[in-house]
Amino acid sequence: MSNAPVDHGRRRFLTIATSVVGGVGAIGAAVPFIASWNPSEKAKQAGAAVTADISKLEDGQLIRVEWRGKPVWIVKRTPAMLETLTNFDDKLRDPASEDPQQPDYAKNTHRSKKPEIFVAVGICTHLGCSPTYIMKDFEAQVEGMPSGFFCPCHGSTYDMAGRVFSGVPAPKNLMIPPYMFVDDTTILIGEDEGTA
Amino acid sequence: MFKNFMSWIEYRMPFMEKMNLHVMQYPAPKNFNFWYFFGSLAMLVLVNQILTGIWLTMNFVPSAEGAFASVEYIMRDVEYGWLLRYMHSTGASAFFVVVYLHMLRGMMYGSYQKPRELLWIFGMLIFLVLMAEAFMGYLLPWGQMSFWGAQVIISIFGVIPVIGDDLTLWIRGDYVISGATLNRFFALHVIALPLVLVVLVFLHIIALHEVGSNNPDGIDVKRENNGEKIENNVSDKFTFHQYFTKGGKKIIVDAIPFHPYYTVKDIVGVVGFLFIFCFVIFFAPEGGGYFLEPPNFEPANPMKTPDHIAPVWYFTPFYAILRAVPDQLFGAIFMFLAILFLALLPWLDRCPVRSVRYRSTLHKANLVNFCISFVALGVLGVLPATPFYTLLAQIFSFTYFAYFGLLWFYSKNEKTKPLPVRLS
Amino acid sequence: MIKTLFTVLALVVSSAAIAAGSTVPLDKAPIDLTDKESLQRGARIFQNYCLGCHQMEYQRYSRTFRDLGIPDDIGMETLGFTANKVGDHIKNAAPKADLANWFGAAPPDLSNVARVRGPDWLYTYMRSFYVDPSRPFGVNNEVFPMVGMPHVLQELQGIPYKATETRLVDGVPTEVNVGIKTDGSGELSTEEYDSTVADLVNYLEYVGEPSKLESRSLGVKVLIFLGIFFIFAFLLKKEYWRDVH
Repeated sequence: MSNAPVDHGRRRFLTIATSVVGGVGAIGAAVPFIASWNPSEKAKQAGAAVTADISKLEDGQLIRVEWRGKPVWIVKRTPAMLETLTNFDDKLRDPASEDPQQPDYAKNTHRSKKPEIFVAVGICTHLGCSPTYIMKDFEAQVEGMPSGFFCPCHGSTYDMAGRVFSGVPAPKNLMIPPYMFVDDTTILIGEDEGTA
Repeated sequence: MFKNFMSWIEYRMPFMEKMNLHVMQYPAPKNFNFWYFFGSLAMLVLVNQILTGIWLTMNFVPSAEGAFASVEYIMRDVEYGWLLRYMHSTGASAFFVVVYLHMLRGMMYGSYQKPRELLWIFGMLIFLVLMAEAFMGYLLPWGQMSFWGAQVIISIFGVIPVIGDDLTLWIRGDYVISGATLNRFFALHVIALPLVLVVLVFLHIIALHEVGSNNPDGIDVKRENNGEKIENNVSDKFTFHQYFTKGGKKIIVDAIPFHPYYTVKDIVGVVGFLFIFCFVIFFAPEGGGYFLEPPNFEPANPMKTPDHIAPVWYFTPFYAILRAVPDQLFGAIFMFLAILFLALLPWLDRCPVRSVRYRSTLHKANLVNFCISFVALGVLGVLPATPFYTLLAQIFSFTYFAYFGLLWFYSKNEKTKPLPVRLS
Repeated sequence: MIKTLFTVLALVVSSAAIAAGSTVPLDKAPIDLTDKESLQRGARIFQNYCLGCHQMEYQRYSRTFRDLGIPDDIGMETLGFTANKVGDHIKNAAPKADLANWFGAAPPDLSNVARVRGPDWLYTYMRSFYVDPSRPFGVNNEVFPMVGMPHVLQELQGIPYKATETRLVDGVPTEVNVGIKTDGSGELSTEEYDSTVADLVNYLEYVGEPSKLESRSLGVKVLIFLGIFFIFAFLLKKEYWRDVH
């Protein structure tokens, strides 16, 4: 049994050093546990980009494509519909799409790459219901507006570019996913020239 | 601020008081050696099994149709899934390595002797639950070995007279091992048995702290205080909880507080253990085919038995005894007795001296005999049952049981060496 | 007494080692999981010769492409015959029930075959077919007698037969087995065939455990870390225990 005085400095240093190294080890050991919660290879593959054939899409028609478990709408807008996009700016919450709810190439009046083809995630930005497409008779919701999207859950309304009207619960415009045209009649949803 | 908070807690729940009692002011003999690492290591492995087990259930599918594929999904599709799975499968084997060495420690130093009989019994119960836990866990990957290993072991219950057949049917919940068996084993493996295990470990430690830790010399560190000054007593430097000194009636000799002395020492043991453990996980997760058996990478097929089936290595000593006895029923009885005799050690060993250090040469030889028998049976349990191996298994089964018989016989009047007064 | 026990124990352990071996001595497969070109060649052999009957139902094309360093689009063109998407599992469209009828048993899935059989077994097996007219497919196998699988690599190896030589055994001329030879009708020489099989087995070994290389490199880091941790823990223990010693 040594009765030499305790070297407190050395003791404190070693305690701290061992604690730090042990702490690093604990963090390292936590990595696999935390990382295993990321989407697995299966989820990633299921969430990979999907293609949609739009060759049979008629004027004014909406088709739904499933991407990452969510409905993605593809609408072929008529010239009349496109016209409505410029006249109601004062009734819209974010007419110029300032919120980053879309890739840069869709930050325009029609919020799309090609004016007539509209692609959007069909999920209301309020609480996640899927709005209904009303091709005619939208005037019941918004005066002077022939067509648009109406969310049945809490009555939010969007115009034909998925822009939300003021005075409804939904806070933001509809989300536009990344997409690209593989050719004139095929759209790849989930990937664009930037990510591919 | 922090002090106020702590005293607020302390008033309602004596946290620091309990920490002092069990950690900071718990007297642990100063002469713990290498063998005393395995208790804390067993705790570490238990935590590892619980954590990785919880994470595995997040992706495992407990059904006959989905189990095998979900394990492959964990191994290939889940990020770091392979690591979590290997930590769990290697952990199972590590658990038994650590527990067997922990039990051997107890046998060497007489840790089961009075007053630690209950502590030993709790330990044996932990061992039993652990075997059930491991057995049920091995069915879950639903590979060929899972299936046929479970088939063989469940069939052992069939040898019980009268109720045997009905009992095996009841355990399986089907005419063969099926999804029903898998689901109930899953429930027991992930919820019921771990709960029992944790409670038993808690009781094991409470019982330990009541009677105090044994040590390699097998002599007591708590003695009557008759006012005599004890020379050169390291314990004088420290404060121990008054629970252990009974308000000064007892004096503590040659013991040191568990914290910091054994916490810092156990960290060294833990890191050393982790080095070996991680080596296996990262470089040899199959453990040479003993931790993960090759046929288990094939999905369970009730139509085809693998060429050679053997239980996982930690069951093989008992399995070898089962096979060595020509009669089915007696084989099962002897296998059961092999474990029961271990549990009865506190009463079979009638020697007042605990540690092997101060016991007779005969006892030392007998203990070596036990170790050799146990290991040899373990090796034989892996091998196919040829006549020669069966003969060997019979010989070693005999020497295994002879350990207990001889111990009972010679320990009453054993010629022991004089015990030291102080810990070495 | 103790010495005798040790002798017996040694005997048991050594006979255990013998019992673990197979009846036919296996050749060591030259496995190198870091050899991406070998793995790519192996993948091509698998896709061309094995996938018709065998699947790798747990392995995705995307995983093979990523780990073997093949760009997705090139991989899909050259290897992805059966895939709709790059994330699909490596499966075939063969009717399972018919396969079981044709071959007597359903061809096993090969995702894990290297872990079940071991690479040495596979390497020897693929080089141990020989002509045996008594078998339904005209071939038998030394490693897997009565196997229900045809020799699919025959066009590469040529027709293999069991070669014998007449030698004097104890003064009596006897036919002695001297291994398997081919008639030379194959596209590859013996050495080329062996190396092709080696590539295939290398790929099967990889698919058995795709995380193996990652595991090894991570393992080295973990062990180095634990080594450093050990030094600190040991010094700390020594420092505190000066109070006791």
